[in-house]
Amino acid sequence: MSTKLVQKLDRVVIRFAGDSGDGMQLTGDRFTSQTALLGNDLSTLPNFPAEIRAPQGTLPGVSSFQLHFADHNVLTPGDAPDVLVAMNPAALKANLRDLPRGATIIVNTDEFTKRNLSKVGYTESPLDDGSLESYHVHPVALTSIAVEALASFTDLTRKEKERAKNMFALGLLSWLYTRPMDGTEAFLKAKFADKPEILEANLTALRAGFNYGETTEDFAVSYEVAAASMAAGTYRNVTGNVALSLGLVAAAHRAHLPLFLGSYPITPASDILHTLAGLKRYGVATMQAEDEIAGVGAALGASFGGALGVTTTSGPGLALKAETIGLAVSLELPLIVCDIQRGGPSTGLPTKTEQADLLQALFGRNGESPVAVVAPSTPADCFDIAVEAVRIATTYRTPVIVLSDGYLANGSEPWRLPRTSELPDIAVEFATEPNATDDKGEPVFHPYLRDPETLARPWAIPGTPGLEHRVGGIEKADVTGNISYDPDNHDHMTRLRQAKIDGIADTIAPLEVDDPTADADVLVLGWGSTFGPVSAAVRLARNTGVRVAQAHLRHLNPFPANTGEVLRRYERVIVPEMNLGQLALLLRAKYLVDVESHTSVRGLPFQAGELADVIATAVASLSDAHLKETAQ
Amino acid sequence: MTTDLGMPAASPGAPGTAGVPRLADGTALTKKDFTSDQEVRWCPGCGDYAILAAVQGFLPELGLKRENIVFVSGIGCSSRFPYYLDTYGMHSIHGRAPAIATGLAATREDLSVWVVTGDGDALSIGGNHLIHALRRNVNLKILLFNNEIYGLTKGQYSPTSHVGQVTKSTPLGSLDTPFNPVSLALGAEASFVARTMDSDRQHLTSVLRAAAEHRGSALVEIYQNCPIFNDGVFDVLKDRTEAAARILHLVDGEEVAAGDNVVVRDDRGSLAVVPRADADPARIVRHDVSAQDPSAAFALSRLDSPDLGHVPMGVFRNVQRPTYDDALREQISSARTNEITDADIDALLAGRDTWTVATPAGS
Repeated sequence: MSTKLVQKLDRVVIRFAGDSGDGMQLTGDRFTSQTALLGNDLSTLPNFPAEIRAPQGTLPGVSSFQLHFADHNVLTPGDAPDVLVAMNPAALKANLRDLPRGATIIVNTDEFTKRNLSKVGYTESPLDDGSLESYHVHPVALTSIAVEALASFTDLTRKEKERAKNMFALGLLSWLYTRPMDGTEAFLKAKFADKPEILEANLTALRAGFNYGETTEDFAVSYEVAAASMAAGTYRNVTGNVALSLGLVAAAHRAHLPLFLGSYPITPASDILHTLAGLKRYGVATMQAEDEIAGVGAALGASFGGALGVTTTSGPGLALKAETIGLAVSLELPLIVCDIQRGGPSTGLPTKTEQADLLQALFGRNGESPVAVVAPSTPADCFDIAVEAVRIATTYRTPVIVLSDGYLANGSEPWRLPRTSELPDIAVEFATEPNATDDKGEPVFHPYLRDPETLARPWAIPGTPGLEHRVGGIEKADVTGNISYDPDNHDHMTRLRQAKIDGIADTIAPLEVDDPTADADVLVLGWGSTFGPVSAAVRLARNTGVRVAQAHLRHLNPFPANTGEVLRRYERVIVPEMNLGQLALLLRAKYLVDVESHTSVRGLPFQAGELADVIATAVASLSDAHLKETAQ
Repeated sequence: MTTDLGMPAASPGAPGTAGVPRLADGTALTKKDFTSDQEVRWCPGCGDYAILAAVQGFLPELGLKRENIVFVSGIGCSSRFPYYLDTYGMHSIHGRAPAIATGLAATREDLSVWVVTGDGDALSIGGNHLIHALRRNVNLKILLFNNEIYGLTKGQYSPTSHVGQVTKSTPLGSLDTPFNPVSLALGAEASFVARTMDSDRQHLTSVLRAAAEHRGSALVEIYQNCPIFNDGVFDVLKDRTEAAARILHLVDGEEVAAGDNVVVRDDRGSLAVVPRADADPARIVRHDVSAQDPSAAFALSRLDSPDLGHVPMGVFRNVQRPTYDDALREQISSARTNEITDADIDALLAGRDTWTVATPAGS
């Protein structure tokens, strides 16, 4: 039992930062898992360079993992860390500007050598020059204490022992925030099952870190954050990419369709391929294709054969898939295209987040080529959005583009597990019989004879006798599907395809507005991954008495039917986006409402504080204007 | 790290159409059953007509249910092919047919999947998909109509046009070294590679038969005449006397010969065509279609010359190795034990680290 003081906190933001080879993502993941099991609500933000091992000890090589956990509902990974764990001078320098005064810094002093300091432009050690005096600095010789703790491991090299320093740090933080370590121990045992020596070393370093916290005088207080009050249920922690993968599997199961993924590796989407590739026992077929085009092509071929064809990618890959998505629009077959957006244009910022593919998703194809577009709002929502995407794709026989992003893909949060049996029933019926008669009264099959309600055409898969037919990218005659170059037919078919997509709005929930005082004049409207930061900003603003309404779009094409009506209800509408105003452009064009864009393309999610200021300023300016009007 | 896949080498020796439902005994389809109601719109005199007739005439021979046959094509004159066959079909986009057909074949063991493509579609814009389909050995039959020209875009040179060929886009002659489709396919690890010609119905049919029988990717290059933009390019092979002297018929186990000439192998393994009278009988090449080492087949493919002096025709290579689609199905079926239930999915969603929040007191 520790005799030290234990202090209760309601929330903490910790950032682990180190060299990209230091294992910071793993450390953050494990700490998150321990925290999740304690019942805190949480949100995470991994942030790492595109280079696998950038030059050691340099600023570009810094990798970090931020975790926000609390005894109450958490919406973002936190604007500013309360605690920074800096494994080297680069990690300190790269992250210091994000720390508020009074924050705690735990530094690995072993790495503060003259050479490492000079790599990042420190002429003097910031640990000695007084520049950190407004922070609580805990200098800990993490590496050498970890190595010392492993003295008895004579078969391990010094380098191998040094590698355990992240486990030592994890142990120390686990003590500091009273996190149980059993989950991490079990994880290590599974990971190093066939390397007993390495396993023992990691466990020893982990426990040594914990014990260090308990015994050293440098840490006088440890902290507790009580479990959050959350809706009853069974929870797990989940990242957006894993939730999306699971959503696709569950949706395919509910649709009674085999799942086929055709994909080409690309950051930050590859984890979906990895996850699904491991699920063969659920009947999931995955193919790592020769390129992005083959990935979507194989998926479309699988859909033609009656499978649920899925492809996963990021912005540059979506560009390459455009022609095949256009073919799917013409063939009117279900196809799921997941675009895990990253900074662009071109290669852009592969590991950083952005929402700048919205217009590409809607319009990035030749001709009038409408597709459904949906976007998840949180990591856990990636599950629900996958099910929704499959519902739309199979019901309307259309490609659906899912716009996730790097922030959702790698970020995580607790997810209340749904019951598979309670997921929407999206069972698909293939065509089995001729659907018309020819002029001689013989039964015939017309592949483009539509369902009057959904305008979807029949899905008649090869192997069905009597329904042999040909489809293709050349314009088809209405109903028969034969090649047609007739001008009126093309005009008709173009409008039909658009009407089919527009009609999806009939089956999606109306845009809901959260306006607790019911008298706000300002609406903040977000889409996709801005949900967390926007909600946190709205909460902050309301806490200071600002009246503001909030709404969030998960359907980007078509929009919910009442979107225009909602926009017109407010005097000012602010649309925050991680692009230069793409949703704002669409809303202005479609609804003639003068929405205001607030944008940021820094490769990072919005900060709640920054958005709260934007909201407060907008509301204040409106009150000022009202006052002036009244005065006049 | 590699894993022993531990599977029966994906049914080696199984016929290409194993798993595809067959017609009931005593029933048969005819050429007419495979003819769609669509008007054929190729130019008069196009070699595609002869190939279409040969395919329509051959398909009944397979004894398969018509609804289990699918033709997938890309873009180009040849790629209109599926519209004229009364099977399932997809006229897709330029160069991508092998990729699309791969997804279809991988998920549907019960289909006989054919790809129809041309020299531009398969070797230019779709070159990547072609080589990877061959490498993976997907159970697809790829019919590559080679007319050494772009027809649908009206007469530009193609990746099989010869150096110096004057076309609309090469008024001073083409600068590109052409591909030899057979050499390319062999280099891409193809397990079945053949060449035939539009005008030789009997030979074409025999090659289609061998391709259909083969389990795995089959690449069939079909010399095809474009009467509008490259007319007569294969005419010397259609003249009976010329053909006899030029065409090296590849027949398994037999000497490779044309007229009075035979193919001999020198000390370094290179092949040459020499008068039989001058040939050392011990050096005359006998065709071994199932040789695992593709070197001999490759050497035969190099006997081509731009002037069609000597042209090997027939099946260059026909070897058995696991197919991608069989292997993928095998991985899935050996991983899954029974029908997936809702409870299985529930367990999957839960993963390993869960915690439970009880109903809060008072609520």
